[in-house]
Amino acid sequence: MGMTITEKILARAAGKKTVTPGEVVFAGVDIALAHDVTSDLAIDIVEKDFGGQVWDPAKIIILPDHGVPNKDIQVAMLVKKLLDFAAAQKIKNIFSVETGDYGVCHTMLPYRGFVRPGQVIVGADSHTCQHGSLGAFSTGIGSTELGNVFATGRLWFRVPETIKIEVNGRLPDGVLAKDLVLRVIGDLGVDGALYMAMEWSGKAIDALSIDERMTLTNMAIECGAKSGIIAPDQKTLNFVRARTPEKFEPLYSDPDAEYARALTYQAEDLAPVVAKPFSPANVVPARDCRDVRVDQVYIGSCTGGKYEDFAAAARILYGKKKSPGIRLLIVPATTEIQRQIIKDGLYDIFMDAGGVLVSAGCNACLGYHGGVLAAGETAVSTTNRNFRGRMGHVDSRVYLASPITAAKTAIAGYITD
Amino acid sequence: MAGVIKGRAFVVGDNIDTDQIIPARYLTTMEPSTLARNAMRDLEPKYGAFLDAQNKCPYQIIVARDNFGCGSSREHAPIALAAAGIRAVIANSFARIYYRNSINGGRSIYPLETAADLSPVKTGDELEIDLDKLTVKISGGQTFALKDFGPVKEIIDCGGLTAYNKKHG
Repeated sequence: MGMTITEKILARAAGKKTVTPGEVVFAGVDIALAHDVTSDLAIDIVEKDFGGQVWDPAKIIILPDHGVPNKDIQVAMLVKKLLDFAAAQKIKNIFSVETGDYGVCHTMLPYRGFVRPGQVIVGADSHTCQHGSLGAFSTGIGSTELGNVFATGRLWFRVPETIKIEVNGRLPDGVLAKDLVLRVIGDLGVDGALYMAMEWSGKAIDALSIDERMTLTNMAIECGAKSGIIAPDQKTLNFVRARTPEKFEPLYSDPDAEYARALTYQAEDLAPVVAKPFSPANVVPARDCRDVRVDQVYIGSCTGGKYEDFAAAARILYGKKKSPGIRLLIVPATTEIQRQIIKDGLYDIFMDAGGVLVSAGCNACLGYHGGVLAAGETAVSTTNRNFRGRMGHVDSRVYLASPITAAKTAIAGYITD
Repeated sequence: MAGVIKGRAFVVGDNIDTDQIIPARYLTTMEPSTLARNAMRDLEPKYGAFLDAQNKCPYQIIVARDNFGCGSSREHAPIALAAAGIRAVIANSFARIYYRNSINGGRSIYPLETAADLSPVKTGDELEIDLDKLTVKISGGQTFALKDFGPVKEIIDCGGLTAYNKKHG
Protein backbone atom coordinates (compact mmCIF):
# COMPACT_ATOMS: atom_id res chain seq x y z
CA MET A 1 0.00 0.00 0.00
CA GLY A 2 1.26 3.46 -0.86
CA MET A 3 1.86 6.38 1.47
CA THR A 4 0.77 10.02 1.41
CA ILE A 5 3.34 12.81 1.17
CA THR A 6 2.81 13.49 4.89
CA GLU A 7 3.42 9.86 5.86
CA LYS A 8 6.56 9.75 3.71
CA ILE A 9 8.02 12.91 5.25
CA LEU A 10 7.38 11.67 8.78
CA ALA A 11 8.74 8.20 7.96
CA ARG A 12 11.96 9.64 6.57
CA ALA A 13 12.37 12.03 9.52
CA ALA A 14 11.79 9.16 11.97
CA GLY A 15 14.26 6.87 10.17
CA LYS A 16 11.55 4.37 9.22
CA LYS A 17 10.63 2.77 5.91
CA THR A 18 6.92 3.14 6.46
CA VAL A 19 4.52 4.67 8.94
CA THR A 20 0.78 4.28 9.29
CA PRO A 21 -1.80 6.78 10.56
CA GLY A 22 -2.28 6.61 14.32
CA GLU A 23 1.28 5.47 14.95
CA VAL A 24 3.37 7.68 17.26
CA VAL A 25 6.90 8.39 16.01
CA PHE A 26 9.80 10.50 17.23
CA ALA A 27 10.97 12.52 14.24
CA GLY A 28 13.91 14.84 13.69
CA VAL A 29 13.05 18.51 13.15
CA ASP A 30 14.61 20.56 10.32
CA ILE A 31 13.41 24.03 11.32
CA ALA A 32 11.99 25.37 14.62
CA LEU A 33 10.50 28.85 14.76
CA ALA A 34 10.07 30.97 17.86
CA HIS A 35 8.21 34.24 18.43
CA ASP A 36 7.66 36.64 21.31
CA VAL A 37 4.39 35.33 22.81
CA THR A 38 5.27 31.65 23.25
CA SER A 39 9.04 31.41 23.72
CA ASP A 40 9.40 32.43 27.36
CA LEU A 41 8.79 28.96 28.79
CA ALA A 42 10.77 27.27 25.99
CA ILE A 43 13.84 29.32 26.89
CA ASP A 44 13.44 28.45 30.59
CA ILE A 45 13.31 24.75 29.69
CA VAL A 46 16.55 24.92 27.69
CA GLU A 47 18.30 26.85 30.44
CA LYS A 48 16.96 25.04 33.52
CA ASP A 49 16.42 21.48 32.28
CA PHE A 50 18.87 20.89 29.46
CA GLY A 51 22.07 22.66 30.48
CA GLY A 52 21.48 25.80 28.47
CA GLN A 53 22.56 24.55 25.05
CA VAL A 54 20.39 24.28 21.93
CA TRP A 55 20.75 21.35 19.56
CA ASP A 56 21.58 23.32 16.43
CA PRO A 57 21.52 27.13 16.25
CA ALA A 58 21.32 27.04 12.43
CA LYS A 59 17.94 25.32 12.57
CA ILE A 60 16.29 27.77 14.95
CA ILE A 61 14.69 30.90 13.53
CA ILE A 62 13.86 33.77 15.87
CA LEU A 63 11.01 36.01 14.70
CA PRO A 64 9.36 38.26 17.28
CA ASP A 65 6.21 39.42 15.48
CA HIS A 66 3.13 39.47 17.72
CA GLY A 67 3.67 42.46 19.98
CA VAL A 68 6.31 44.39 18.04
CA PRO A 69 7.37 47.15 17.89
CA ASN A 70 7.12 46.40 21.60
CA LYS A 71 3.57 47.33 22.54
CA ASP A 72 4.13 47.51 26.29
CA ILE A 73 6.72 46.87 28.96
CA GLN A 74 5.86 43.21 29.39
CA VAL A 75 6.23 42.50 25.67
CA ALA A 76 9.48 44.46 25.67
CA MET A 77 10.73 42.10 28.39
CA LEU A 78 9.63 39.00 26.42
CA VAL A 79 11.32 40.23 23.24
CA LYS A 80 14.50 41.15 25.11
CA LYS A 81 14.63 37.70 26.70
CA LEU A 82 14.20 36.07 23.27
CA LEU A 83 16.90 38.20 21.64
CA ASP A 84 19.29 37.72 24.56
CA PHE A 85 18.73 33.97 24.27
CA ALA A 86 19.40 34.07 20.53
CA ALA A 87 22.65 35.96 21.09
CA ALA A 88 23.81 33.60 23.85
CA GLN A 89 23.04 30.57 21.66
CA LYS A 90 24.77 32.11 18.63
CA ILE A 91 21.57 31.86 16.63
CA LYS A 92 22.15 33.81 13.41
CA ASN A 93 18.67 33.69 11.92
CA ILE A 94 16.99 36.59 13.67
CA PHE A 95 14.32 38.73 12.02
CA SER A 96 13.19 41.52 14.30
CA VAL A 97 12.62 45.24 14.54
CA GLU A 98 16.25 45.37 15.65
CA THR A 99 17.46 43.84 12.37
CA GLY A 100 15.20 46.18 10.37
CA ASP A 101 13.79 43.23 8.49
CA TYR A 102 10.90 41.55 10.22
CA GLY A 103 7.26 40.55 9.99
CA VAL A 104 4.78 37.78 10.68
CA CYS A 105 6.84 34.62 11.18
CA HIS A 106 4.84 32.58 8.69
CA THR A 107 5.43 35.04 5.88
CA MET A 108 9.10 35.62 6.76
CA LEU A 109 9.99 31.93 6.88
CA PRO A 110 9.22 30.89 3.28
CA TYR A 111 10.30 34.23 1.82
CA ARG A 112 13.72 33.84 3.46
CA GLY A 113 14.22 30.32 2.12
CA PHE A 114 13.77 28.39 5.37
CA VAL A 115 10.82 26.34 4.08
CA ARG A 116 11.84 23.54 1.73
CA PRO A 117 9.94 20.57 0.31
CA GLY A 118 10.19 17.38 2.34
CA GLN A 119 11.21 19.06 5.60
CA VAL A 120 9.76 18.75 9.09
CA ILE A 121 9.01 22.23 10.46
CA VAL A 122 7.59 23.10 13.87
CA GLY A 123 6.78 26.43 15.44
CA ALA A 124 5.18 27.57 18.67
CA ASP A 125 2.31 29.11 16.76
CA SER A 126 -0.77 27.33 15.49
CA HIS A 127 -0.56 28.72 11.95
CA THR A 128 2.77 26.98 11.41
CA CYS A 129 0.66 24.54 9.38
CA GLN A 130 1.00 27.12 6.58
CA HIS A 131 4.42 25.85 5.49
CA GLY A 132 2.95 22.77 3.86
CA SER A 133 2.25 25.15 0.96
CA LEU A 134 5.80 24.35 -0.20
CA GLY A 135 5.55 20.59 0.33
CA ALA A 136 6.90 20.41 3.89
CA PHE A 137 5.31 18.75 6.90
CA SER A 138 4.75 21.69 9.21
CA THR A 139 2.74 22.01 12.39
CA GLY A 140 2.11 24.21 15.41
CA ILE A 141 3.37 23.15 18.84
CA GLY A 142 3.36 24.45 22.41
CA SER A 143 6.06 26.14 24.43
CA THR A 144 7.14 23.06 26.40
CA GLU A 145 7.46 21.24 23.09
CA LEU A 146 9.47 24.08 21.57
CA GLY A 147 11.85 24.01 24.54
CA ASN A 148 12.33 20.29 24.07
CA VAL A 149 12.89 20.70 20.31
CA PHE A 150 15.42 23.46 21.04
CA ALA A 151 17.28 21.04 23.31
CA THR A 152 16.92 17.72 21.47
CA GLY A 153 16.00 18.46 17.85
CA ARG A 154 13.23 15.92 17.87
CA LEU A 155 9.58 15.57 18.82
CA TRP A 156 6.83 12.94 18.93
CA PHE A 157 4.13 13.04 16.31
CA ARG A 158 1.03 10.96 15.89
CA VAL A 159 1.06 10.17 12.17
CA PRO A 160 -2.09 11.87 10.87
CA GLU A 161 -4.74 10.47 8.59
CA THR A 162 -5.06 12.61 5.47
CA ILE A 163 -8.10 14.30 3.96
CA LYS A 164 -7.66 14.85 0.25
CA ILE A 165 -9.22 18.00 -1.17
CA GLU A 166 -9.29 18.08 -4.93
CA VAL A 167 -10.28 21.33 -6.63
CA ASN A 168 -10.87 21.02 -10.36
CA GLY A 169 -11.44 23.71 -12.94
CA ARG A 170 -10.55 27.37 -12.62
CA LEU A 171 -11.52 29.88 -9.92
CA PRO A 172 -13.87 32.56 -11.27
CA ASP A 173 -12.64 36.17 -11.43
CA GLY A 174 -12.98 37.83 -8.04
CA VAL A 175 -12.82 34.54 -6.15
CA LEU A 176 -9.61 33.99 -4.21
CA ALA A 177 -7.96 31.18 -2.23
CA LYS A 178 -9.50 32.72 0.89
CA ASP A 179 -12.99 32.07 -0.48
CA LEU A 180 -12.01 28.49 -1.28
CA VAL A 181 -10.51 27.73 2.12
CA LEU A 182 -13.43 29.34 3.97
CA ARG A 183 -15.86 27.26 1.91
CA VAL A 184 -13.96 24.07 2.78
CA ILE A 185 -13.82 25.01 6.48
CA GLY A 186 -17.55 25.72 6.35
CA ASP A 187 -18.17 22.29 4.85
CA LEU A 188 -15.82 20.37 7.17
CA GLY A 189 -16.58 22.30 10.36
CA VAL A 190 -14.07 23.54 12.92
CA ASP A 191 -13.15 20.01 13.95
CA GLY A 192 -13.80 18.25 10.64
CA ALA A 193 -10.11 17.54 10.12
CA LEU A 194 -9.16 17.06 13.77
CA TYR A 195 -5.64 15.54 14.12
CA MET A 196 -5.48 15.12 10.30
CA ALA A 197 -3.44 16.42 7.38
CA MET A 198 -5.28 18.33 4.63
CA GLU A 199 -3.74 17.61 1.24
CA TRP A 200 -4.78 19.98 -1.57
CA SER A 201 -4.60 19.02 -5.23
CA GLY A 202 -6.25 19.55 -8.61
CA LYS A 203 -6.02 21.92 -11.57
CA ALA A 204 -7.30 24.92 -9.61
CA ILE A 205 -4.58 24.43 -7.00
CA ASP A 206 -1.90 23.99 -9.67
CA ALA A 207 -2.96 27.34 -11.10
CA LEU A 208 -2.63 29.18 -7.77
CA SER A 209 0.39 31.35 -6.99
CA ILE A 210 2.57 30.52 -3.98
CA ASP A 211 1.01 33.43 -2.01
CA GLU A 212 -2.46 32.02 -2.65
CA ARG A 213 -1.40 28.48 -1.73
CA MET A 214 -0.12 29.84 1.58
CA THR A 215 -3.64 31.09 2.34
CA LEU A 216 -5.01 27.55 1.93
CA THR A 217 -2.52 25.72 4.13
CA ASN A 218 -2.42 28.55 6.70
CA MET A 219 -6.02 27.89 7.68
CA ALA A 220 -5.81 24.09 8.02
CA ILE A 221 -5.82 24.56 11.79
CA GLU A 222 -9.26 26.21 11.54
CA CYS A 223 -10.77 22.79 10.88
CA GLY A 224 -8.63 21.22 13.55
CA ALA A 225 -6.00 19.85 11.17
CA LYS A 226 -2.46 19.13 12.23
CA SER A 227 -1.08 20.28 8.90
CA GLY A 228 -1.97 21.39 5.40
CA ILE A 229 0.10 20.36 2.42
CA ILE A 230 0.41 20.83 -1.34
CA ALA A 231 2.72 18.63 -3.41
CA PRO A 232 5.65 20.62 -4.75
CA ASP A 233 5.54 21.51 -8.45
CA GLN A 234 7.77 23.60 -10.72
CA LYS A 235 6.34 26.80 -9.20
CA THR A 236 7.32 25.55 -5.74
CA LEU A 237 10.81 24.55 -6.81
CA ASN A 238 11.42 27.88 -8.53
CA PHE A 239 10.22 29.78 -5.44
CA VAL A 240 12.45 27.80 -3.08
CA ARG A 241 15.56 27.69 -5.29
CA ALA A 242 15.40 31.47 -5.76
CA ARG A 243 15.71 31.81 -1.99
CA THR A 244 18.14 29.19 -0.76
CA PRO A 245 21.17 27.26 -2.00
CA GLU A 246 20.37 24.49 0.52
CA LYS A 247 19.63 21.05 -0.89
CA PHE A 248 16.31 19.36 -0.33
CA GLU A 249 14.54 16.23 -1.48
CA PRO A 250 10.84 16.60 -2.30
CA LEU A 251 8.43 13.77 -1.58
CA TYR A 252 5.10 13.01 -3.24
CA SER A 253 2.01 10.95 -2.41
CA ASP A 254 1.84 7.54 -4.04
CA PRO A 255 -1.03 6.98 -6.49
CA ASP A 256 -2.35 4.22 -4.21
CA ALA A 257 -1.96 6.21 -0.97
CA GLU A 258 -4.87 5.80 1.40
CA TYR A 259 -7.01 8.77 2.42
CA ALA A 260 -9.40 8.99 5.35
CA ARG A 261 -11.73 11.09 3.26
CA ALA A 262 -11.79 12.83 -0.10
CA LEU A 263 -13.63 16.03 -1.00
CA THR A 264 -13.98 17.27 -4.56
CA TYR A 265 -14.83 20.80 -5.61
CA GLN A 266 -15.44 22.43 -8.96
CA ALA A 267 -13.77 25.84 -8.82
CA GLU A 268 -16.37 27.46 -11.07
CA ASP A 269 -19.01 26.77 -8.40
CA LEU A 270 -17.25 28.92 -5.81
CA ALA A 271 -18.23 32.49 -4.90
CA PRO A 272 -17.03 35.20 -2.49
CA VAL A 273 -17.90 34.20 1.07
CA VAL A 274 -17.45 35.47 4.60
CA ALA A 275 -17.18 33.62 7.91
CA LYS A 276 -19.60 35.23 10.36
CA PRO A 277 -18.88 35.58 14.08
CA PHE A 278 -17.83 33.61 16.07
CA SER A 279 -16.49 30.71 14.03
CA PRO A 280 -14.35 30.34 10.89
CA ALA A 281 -16.82 27.60 9.86
CA ASN A 282 -19.82 29.95 9.98
CA VAL A 283 -19.54 30.54 6.23
CA VAL A 284 -22.17 32.27 4.06
CA PRO A 285 -22.11 34.09 0.70
CA ALA A 286 -20.74 37.62 1.16
CA ARG A 287 -23.75 39.05 -0.67
CA ASP A 288 -26.06 37.69 2.04
CA CYS A 289 -24.49 40.03 4.61
CA ARG A 290 -25.32 43.38 3.02
CA ASP A 291 -27.17 44.37 6.17
CA VAL A 292 -23.92 44.26 8.15
CA ARG A 293 -22.36 47.70 8.56
CA VAL A 294 -18.68 47.73 9.51
CA ASP A 295 -16.49 49.99 11.65
CA GLN A 296 -13.16 48.63 10.45
CA VAL A 297 -11.66 46.86 7.46
CA TYR A 298 -8.40 45.11 8.28
CA ILE A 299 -6.18 43.88 5.46
CA GLY A 300 -3.24 42.06 6.98
CA SER A 301 -1.76 38.98 8.70
CA CYS A 302 -0.02 35.83 7.44
CA THR A 303 -3.33 34.82 5.86
CA GLY A 304 -4.25 38.09 4.17
CA GLY A 305 -1.32 40.54 4.33
CA LYS A 306 0.90 39.14 1.57
CA TYR A 307 1.85 41.14 -1.52
CA GLU A 308 -0.80 39.55 -3.71
CA ASP A 309 -3.48 40.21 -1.09
CA PHE A 310 -2.67 43.91 -1.31
CA ALA A 311 -2.50 43.81 -5.11
CA ALA A 312 -6.01 42.31 -5.17
CA ALA A 313 -7.33 44.94 -2.73
CA ALA A 314 -5.61 47.78 -4.60
CA ARG A 315 -7.31 46.85 -7.89
CA ILE A 316 -10.66 47.38 -6.14
CA LEU A 317 -9.67 50.52 -4.23
CA TYR A 318 -7.95 52.27 -7.17
CA GLY A 319 -9.44 55.75 -7.53
CA LYS A 320 -12.08 55.06 -4.85
CA LYS A 321 -12.70 56.32 -1.32
CA LYS A 322 -13.51 54.27 1.71
CA SER A 323 -16.88 54.80 3.33
CA PRO A 324 -16.76 57.85 5.67
CA GLY A 325 -16.15 57.11 9.32
CA ILE A 326 -14.78 53.58 9.01
CA ARG A 327 -11.14 52.63 9.57
CA LEU A 328 -9.27 51.01 6.68
CA LEU A 329 -6.11 49.45 8.11
CA ILE A 330 -3.35 48.27 5.78
CA VAL A 331 -1.08 45.91 7.73
CA PRO A 332 1.70 44.35 5.63
CA ALA A 333 2.79 40.94 6.91
CA THR A 334 6.46 41.92 6.55
CA THR A 335 8.66 44.96 6.06
CA GLU A 336 9.66 43.52 2.67
CA ILE A 337 6.01 43.60 1.57
CA GLN A 338 5.62 47.08 3.04
CA ARG A 339 8.56 48.28 0.96
CA GLN A 340 7.14 46.64 -2.16
CA ILE A 341 3.65 48.10 -1.82
CA ILE A 342 5.16 51.56 -1.38
CA LYS A 343 7.52 51.08 -4.34
CA ASP A 344 4.78 49.79 -6.63
CA GLY A 345 2.33 52.58 -5.82
CA LEU A 346 -0.18 50.42 -3.95
CA TYR A 347 0.50 52.47 -0.85
CA ASP A 348 -0.72 55.60 -2.64
CA ILE A 349 -3.90 53.85 -3.75
CA PHE A 350 -4.66 52.84 -0.15
CA MET A 351 -3.83 56.27 1.28
CA ASP A 352 -5.84 58.04 -1.43
CA ALA A 353 -8.75 55.81 -0.46
CA GLY A 354 -8.44 56.98 3.14
CA GLY A 355 -6.53 53.99 4.49
CA VAL A 356 -3.89 54.00 7.20
CA LEU A 357 -0.66 52.00 7.18
CA VAL A 358 0.10 50.00 10.34
CA SER A 359 3.60 48.66 10.97
CA ALA A 360 4.31 45.09 9.85
CA GLY A 361 3.47 42.20 12.18
CA CYS A 362 0.55 40.36 13.78
CA ASN A 363 -1.00 43.47 15.39
CA ALA A 364 -4.79 43.24 15.81
CA CYS A 365 -5.21 39.85 14.11
CA LEU A 366 -5.19 38.46 17.66
CA GLY A 367 -6.47 41.63 19.33
CA TYR A 368 -3.02 42.37 20.68
CA HIS A 369 -2.42 45.95 19.44
CA GLY A 370 -2.48 48.08 16.28
CA GLY A 371 -6.19 48.18 15.45
CA VAL A 372 -8.11 46.62 18.34
CA LEU A 373 -11.94 46.78 18.33
CA ALA A 374 -14.22 48.48 20.88
CA ALA A 375 -17.36 46.93 22.36
CA GLY A 376 -20.11 46.76 19.75
CA GLU A 377 -17.76 47.29 16.79
CA THR A 378 -17.70 45.10 13.69
CA ALA A 379 -14.72 44.40 11.43
CA VAL A 380 -14.24 42.70 8.12
CA SER A 381 -10.81 41.15 8.19
CA THR A 382 -8.55 39.15 5.88
CA THR A 383 -7.16 37.31 8.92
CA ASN A 384 -7.88 33.74 10.00
CA ARG A 385 -9.94 33.74 13.22
CA ASN A 386 -13.15 35.34 14.39
CA PHE A 387 -13.66 33.81 17.83
CA ARG A 388 -15.36 35.83 20.56
CA GLY A 389 -13.15 38.81 21.40
CA ARG A 390 -10.51 37.74 18.89
CA MET A 391 -9.67 41.25 17.64
CA GLY A 392 -10.47 43.17 20.78
CA HIS A 393 -13.43 43.64 23.13
CA VAL A 394 -15.39 40.50 23.87
CA ASP A 395 -18.47 42.22 22.46
CA SER A 396 -16.89 43.06 19.11
CA ARG A 397 -17.50 41.04 15.94
CA VAL A 398 -15.23 39.87 13.12
CA TYR A 399 -16.22 38.68 9.64
CA LEU A 400 -13.43 36.86 7.81
CA ALA A 401 -13.16 37.60 4.09
CA SER A 402 -10.86 37.77 1.08
CA PRO A 403 -8.93 40.98 0.35
CA ILE A 404 -11.30 41.67 -2.56
CA THR A 405 -14.39 41.40 -0.35
CA ALA A 406 -12.62 43.46 2.33
CA ALA A 407 -11.79 46.22 -0.16
CA LYS A 408 -15.32 46.30 -1.60
CA THR A 409 -16.70 46.43 1.94
CA ALA A 410 -14.41 49.35 2.78
CA ILE A 411 -15.89 51.33 -0.11
CA ALA A 412 -19.52 50.42 0.63
CA GLY A 413 -19.35 50.57 4.43
CA TYR A 414 -21.32 47.34 4.58
CA ILE A 415 -20.36 43.80 3.61
CA THR A 416 -20.58 43.28 -0.13
CA ASP A 417 -19.00 41.29 -2.93
CA MET B 1 0.07 8.41 36.75
CA ALA B 2 -2.19 6.97 39.33
CA GLY B 3 -4.91 7.90 41.69
CA VAL B 4 -8.21 9.55 42.03
CA ILE B 5 -9.27 13.11 41.26
CA LYS B 6 -12.35 14.35 43.11
CA GLY B 7 -13.86 17.70 42.49
CA ARG B 8 -16.66 19.94 41.32
CA ALA B 9 -17.48 20.11 37.64
CA PHE B 10 -17.76 23.18 35.44
CA VAL B 11 -19.68 22.26 32.29
CA VAL B 12 -19.17 23.89 28.87
CA GLY B 13 -20.08 22.94 25.30
CA ASP B 14 -18.38 22.42 21.92
CA ASN B 15 -15.43 24.35 20.48
CA ILE B 16 -14.21 26.21 23.55
CA ASP B 17 -11.38 28.14 21.88
CA THR B 18 -8.15 29.36 23.44
CA ASP B 19 -9.25 33.00 23.05
CA GLN B 20 -12.03 32.24 25.53
CA ILE B 21 -9.75 30.19 27.83
CA ILE B 22 -7.15 32.95 28.03
CA PRO B 23 -7.63 36.04 25.81
CA ALA B 24 -4.64 37.41 23.91
CA ARG B 25 -4.56 40.62 25.95
CA TYR B 26 -3.27 38.55 28.89
CA LEU B 27 -0.53 36.83 26.88
CA THR B 28 2.19 39.22 27.92
CA THR B 29 3.39 36.80 30.59
CA MET B 30 3.57 33.05 31.15
CA GLU B 31 3.47 33.44 34.93
CA PRO B 32 0.84 30.91 36.10
CA SER B 33 -0.90 32.83 38.91
CA THR B 34 -1.34 35.93 36.71
CA LEU B 35 -2.84 33.81 33.93
CA ALA B 36 -5.09 31.95 36.41
CA ARG B 37 -6.76 35.20 37.50
CA ASN B 38 -7.96 35.67 33.91
CA ALA B 39 -8.83 32.08 33.00
CA MET B 40 -12.02 31.76 30.91
CA ARG B 41 -12.39 35.55 31.04
CA ASP B 42 -14.13 35.74 27.65
CA LEU B 43 -16.19 32.56 27.98
CA GLU B 44 -19.74 32.77 26.65
CA PRO B 45 -21.88 34.05 29.56
CA LYS B 46 -24.41 31.21 29.13
CA TYR B 47 -21.98 28.84 30.89
CA GLY B 48 -21.95 30.91 34.09
CA ALA B 49 -18.95 32.32 35.93
CA PHE B 50 -15.77 30.25 36.00
CA LEU B 51 -14.10 32.59 38.50
CA ASP B 52 -15.72 34.02 41.63
CA ALA B 53 -15.63 37.67 42.72
CA GLN B 54 -12.11 37.18 44.07
CA ASN B 55 -10.98 35.71 40.69
CA LYS B 56 -10.67 32.27 42.29
CA CYS B 57 -12.00 29.16 40.57
CA PRO B 58 -14.31 27.02 42.76
CA TYR B 59 -14.12 24.06 40.32
CA GLN B 60 -11.54 21.30 39.86
CA ILE B 61 -12.82 19.56 36.71
CA ILE B 62 -14.01 20.98 33.37
CA VAL B 63 -16.51 18.91 31.37
CA ALA B 64 -16.68 19.87 27.70
CA ARG B 65 -18.02 18.39 24.47
CA ASP B 66 -16.09 18.37 21.18
CA ASN B 67 -12.90 20.18 20.17
CA PHE B 68 -11.96 21.67 23.55
CA GLY B 69 -9.05 24.12 23.27
CA CYS B 70 -9.28 24.86 19.56
CA GLY B 71 -7.43 27.79 18.07
CA SER B 72 -4.02 29.01 19.02
CA SER B 73 -0.98 27.07 20.23
CA ARG B 74 -0.78 29.11 23.43
CA GLU B 75 0.32 26.85 26.27
CA HIS B 76 -0.95 29.71 28.43
CA ALA B 77 -4.34 27.90 28.16
CA PRO B 78 -3.52 24.76 30.17
CA ILE B 79 -1.16 26.82 32.36
CA ALA B 80 -4.02 29.19 33.26
CA LEU B 81 -6.49 26.39 33.93
CA ALA B 82 -4.03 24.32 35.96
CA ALA B 83 -3.02 27.34 38.06
CA ALA B 84 -6.71 28.11 38.62
CA GLY B 85 -7.00 24.68 40.23
CA ILE B 86 -8.32 22.54 37.37
CA ARG B 87 -6.95 18.99 37.56
CA ALA B 88 -8.68 17.45 34.56
CA VAL B 89 -10.70 18.33 31.48
CA ILE B 90 -13.13 15.64 30.36
CA ALA B 91 -14.26 16.03 26.74
CA ASN B 92 -15.56 14.08 23.78
CA SER B 93 -12.60 15.41 21.80
CA PHE B 94 -9.73 17.88 22.13
CA ALA B 95 -8.06 20.22 19.68
CA ARG B 96 -4.69 18.67 19.08
CA ILE B 97 -2.30 21.40 20.23
CA TYR B 98 -4.24 21.88 23.47
CA TYR B 99 -4.15 18.10 23.99
CA ARG B 100 -0.41 17.94 23.35
CA ASN B 101 0.27 20.94 25.61
CA SER B 102 -1.68 19.27 28.42
CA ILE B 103 0.32 16.06 28.12
CA ASN B 104 3.74 17.47 27.33
CA GLY B 105 3.57 20.31 29.85
CA GLY B 106 3.51 17.81 32.73
CA ARG B 107 1.25 20.00 34.87
CA SER B 108 -1.22 17.39 36.11
CA ILE B 109 -4.11 18.82 34.15
CA TYR B 110 -5.19 15.67 32.42
CA PRO B 111 -6.99 15.78 29.05
CA LEU B 112 -9.45 12.90 29.40
CA GLU B 113 -11.33 11.78 26.31
CA THR B 114 -14.58 9.87 26.46
CA ALA B 115 -17.13 8.60 23.97
CA ALA B 116 -19.84 8.85 26.63
CA ASP B 117 -22.80 11.20 26.50
CA LEU B 118 -21.77 13.93 28.93
CA SER B 119 -25.18 15.63 29.09
CA PRO B 120 -26.06 14.20 32.55
CA VAL B 121 -23.20 16.21 34.11
CA LYS B 122 -24.24 19.63 35.40
CA THR B 123 -22.07 22.47 36.69
CA GLY B 124 -21.49 21.97 40.40
CA ASP B 125 -21.80 18.15 40.30
CA GLU B 126 -19.20 16.31 42.34
CA LEU B 127 -17.17 13.96 40.15
CA GLU B 128 -14.74 11.19 41.02
CA ILE B 129 -12.21 10.31 38.33
CA ASP B 130 -10.25 7.06 38.69
CA LEU B 131 -7.18 7.40 36.48
CA ASP B 132 -6.25 3.72 36.86
CA LYS B 133 -9.65 2.28 36.06
CA LEU B 134 -10.34 5.11 33.56
CA THR B 135 -13.77 5.81 34.93
CA VAL B 136 -15.70 8.88 36.03
CA LYS B 137 -18.47 8.65 38.61
CA ILE B 138 -21.04 11.40 39.05
CA SER B 139 -21.81 11.66 42.76
CA GLY B 140 -25.04 9.76 43.40
CA GLY B 141 -25.32 8.94 39.72
CA GLN B 142 -23.89 7.03 36.82
CA THR B 143 -20.36 6.00 35.97
CA PHE B 144 -18.87 6.33 32.51
CA ALA B 145 -15.66 5.19 30.86
CA LEU B 146 -12.68 7.24 29.67
CA LYS B 147 -10.52 6.38 26.68
CA ASP B 148 -6.97 5.28 27.41
CA PHE B 149 -4.03 7.51 26.49
CA GLY B 150 -2.43 5.02 24.11
CA PRO B 151 1.31 5.31 23.46
CA VAL B 152 1.67 8.77 25.00
CA LYS B 153 0.83 7.41 28.47
CA GLU B 154 4.56 6.89 28.96
CA ILE B 155 5.10 10.65 28.63
CA ILE B 156 2.33 11.35 31.16
CA ASP B 157 3.76 8.77 33.55
CA CYS B 158 7.16 10.47 33.32
CA GLY B 159 5.57 13.82 34.27
CA GLY B 160 5.66 15.48 30.86
CA LEU B 161 7.88 15.72 27.81
CA THR B 162 10.79 17.48 29.50
CA ALA B 163 11.03 14.78 32.15
CA TYR B 164 10.58 12.09 29.49
CA ASN B 165 13.40 13.47 27.34
CA LYS B 166 15.71 13.87 30.33
CA LYS B 167 15.05 10.27 31.33
CA HIS B 168 15.55 8.87 27.83
CA GLY B 169 18.50 11.09 26.94
